[in-house]
Amino acid sequence: MKTRSRWASMAKHVPLILLAIFATGPIAILVTNSLKTRTELGLEPVGLPENPQFSNYVEAWVVSDFALHAGNSAILVFSTVICVLVLAGLAAYSLARLAPPGSGAVLFYLLLVTAFPIWLYLVPLFFTWRNLGLINTSFGLVVIYTAINSPLAIFLLRSYLVRIPKEIEEAAFVDGASKMQVLLRIILPISWTGFLTVGLVVAVAVWGEFQIAFVMLQDEDKLPITTSFYRFAESFGQDWSKTSAVAVLAILPIIILFVVFQRRFTEGLTQGSVK
Amino acid sequence: MTTSIIHGPPDLVGDESAPVPPRRQRGRFRGRARAGITAWLFLLPVLAVHLFTVAVPAVTGVYYSFTDWSGIGDAEWVGLENYQRLLQDGDYLLALGNNVKWLLFFWTVPFFLAILASFLLSQVRRGQTFYRLVYFVPYVLPSVVVASLWKFMLNPDKGVPSFLSALGIQGFDKALLGQESTALWTIAFIDNWHYWGFLATLLLVAMQSVPTELYEAARLDGANLWHQLMNVTIPAIRPTLIFMFMMTGIWSFLVFDYVWVLTQGGPAGSSEVLGTLVYKTAFTQFDAGYAAAQGVSMAIFASFLLAFFLLMRRRGWEI
Repeated sequence: MKTRSRWASMAKHVPLILLAIFATGPIAILVTNSLKTRTELGLEPVGLPENPQFSNYVEAWVVSDFALHAGNSAILVFSTVICVLVLAGLAAYSLARLAPPGSGAVLFYLLLVTAFPIWLYLVPLFFTWRNLGLINTSFGLVVIYTAINSPLAIFLLRSYLVRIPKEIEEAAFVDGASKMQVLLRIILPISWTGFLTVGLVVAVAVWGEFQIAFVMLQDEDKLPITTSFYRFAESFGQDWSKTSAVAVLAILPIIILFVVFQRRFTEGLTQGSVK
Repeated sequence: MTTSIIHGPPDLVGDESAPVPPRRQRGRFRGRARAGITAWLFLLPVLAVHLFTVAVPAVTGVYYSFTDWSGIGDAEWVGLENYQRLLQDGDYLLALGNNVKWLLFFWTVPFFLAILASFLLSQVRRGQTFYRLVYFVPYVLPSVVVASLWKFMLNPDKGVPSFLSALGIQGFDKALLGQESTALWTIAFIDNWHYWGFLATLLLVAMQSVPTELYEAARLDGANLWHQLMNVTIPAIRPTLIFMFMMTGIWSFLVFDYVWVLTQGGPAGSSEVLGTLVYKTAFTQFDAGYAAAQGVSMAIFASFLLAFFLLMRRRGWEI
């Protein structure tokens, strides 16, 4: 009986392990290749490096102008996360607690626009942005990222806020606090984990965003890490060890964030889409 | 699935319907109106940004779809001409067909992998956290990095195929991304590598809320794993499953990054999808009016999918 259950357990683990190899194998290849010399990589695309070339990273950092582009991405990420948390936080609080007349229509609008394909509005948006001089600016991109990430953020934050017992706020209202004071002094300290989750989800989305940045930014020194990596891979693609090193640098912040905050990530990303 | 959260806890305070003196009632009414204004002030900033960035361009996009417009200067009204052109445009129909193939791929392959993984995961105790972490990682990686990584790995001369050939495993030494017959499916496979783990995590969350007594009862009836999956798990997670069929369908029409980085729609348009086609029409051919019509058609397909699933729900599929 015991051996039989052990066999059954192994039968379950074998496919799970194969899937784990499928999911991580390419990442392992990326990391090991980033440490090989170009000739070694040409001879052996799979396997551990004989003599880890950490200098690849130094070169990759310099050649790809990594600090500049990662800095551009960081500016986009921080600005968008702050804008989304403030704007979506205010809206989520209003919808969860104050429920003004017409909030049903607002919710319907937010739900509807999440099903809009981006190409329905990206072409006119591009020409509007060009007329306003917002092409090739981080600000123009932050506005778009804020708009696009807000509906999901509102739904997520709202689902956190409605769980807070109303009595907590009411005591403060009786003491004469304003809505804004309640939001900042009471709601925010209680629900900061929800805000953290939403911030992480938005940060990952913006750090990896390619399509809109590709359309909106042309100047080399404005490019975020995604489109600059794309250009780098197009021109240095032959030197795959260096390209791999840039790629590892580009995914490192995300991987670290993900491993540290794994539970928040999965919670935010899975709940967000089921909403 | 989580609709209960949307309703929130019942409003106990509002139930106090004790008679109120008239004067206080008036004050309360005025207070309520002011509260409504504050509430709208909280909503306004995000709505203003969203309307300006998404809704207004979407509406003007619909307008431009009836015009001949290069993106600069005046647009000339042409009525339905752009839409008639769509129906006869071989490039457009090819891209649309590819999107349908893409849809079929994403309605099968990632769901098969995700159901397999999440069902087995829900059955094991050891290493669950580890597997969940590992399956989810590809989903958080930037698409352009994933695409470039696979582009290298599939390179017939330098990538994994050459490694396999050296080991004596033949048959992979073709340029999978460079052949018309395989390019689209290869890109779909790569996108799926990044997507299925997300789907698996989502389904696992749903599976964990299935009462264990149901499995115990099924086991007592002599059900094996396959029977448990088909008769207990799938029916129990059906709302999530159907919802994700809908979302995957809607998302599948949005694909751009993977196709653009891997093939730019080639060779010979064999992996062209609507996203890359609209981009080219607008920004390399400067046919912005026609591109707008293509974009509107994508919105129409998305709303068809949405309407289909909502109709199914009305018929008792309970999403």
